[in-house]
Amino acid sequence: MIRVQEEDFDIGAEIAALTEGKTAIGGVATFTGLVRDMAPVDGSDQPVSAMTLEHYPGMTEKKLAEIEAEANRRWPLDGSVIIHRYGRLEPGDLIVLVACASAHRQAAFDACQFLMDWLKTDAPFWKLEDTDAGGVWVETRATDDAAAARWNQTPESE
Amino acid sequence: MKILYFAWMRQRIGLSTEAVELPADVTTVDDLIDWLIGRGDGYAAAFEKRDVIRSAVNQDYVPFDHPIKDTDEIAFFPPVTGG
Repeated sequence: MIRVQEEDFDIGAEIAALTEGKTAIGGVATFTGLVRDMAPVDGSDQPVSAMTLEHYPGMTEKKLAEIEAEANRRWPLDGSVIIHRYGRLEPGDLIVLVACASAHRQAAFDACQFLMDWLKTDAPFWKLEDTDAGGVWVETRATDDAAAARWNQTPESE
Repeated sequence: MKILYFAWMRQRIGLSTEAVELPADVTTVDDLIDWLIGRGDGYAAAFEKRDVIRSAVNQDYVPFDHPIKDTDEIAFFPPVTGG
């Protein structure tokens, strides 16, 4: 299940909904992303008062659904959730939730990491941070590209 | 053709979306970028870092040599930073 929304979400309620009535599930791995109160600007950390997330309505949902389907092809999942927020958020606010349920933990952990790595490099979202220096567009990190690239091998060849 | 711009490309161009009539010699994403750059300084600034920009046609990522037609929805944006 994927959702792109402005409003907050409840992690506990989402996990409960994911597992309800599915007693074959042995584990749920989750990742929650939050807004940090500091960000690197021109080499030094600056306080962040807010963040605005822009996205491409339509393409975002399409890409999230595709990658969720890909995770389900690669791992034996009994359920998955991707929730990503947009709009204005403040430090401590939740940005993203990825939860993957499976009979055993390895598939759940791996699928969760795969989805997060992919979200970082291919989901059409852009973060604008409000700092003392004004609005600053967050830049991509080479480590994110490297993290996503390792999934380009097929699971069998890993 | 409908064109969409996001993040700092949107700011530099001053538009989030526009409808354009394609000249006959604009047949690929690359051609479109060249043509847009000629429309003004905002466009030139938006496409300045041409090697980092990503393009999508009908909501799928495409390389710049991808063919385009009048009925397409095409989007240009900087590297994504979600998650």
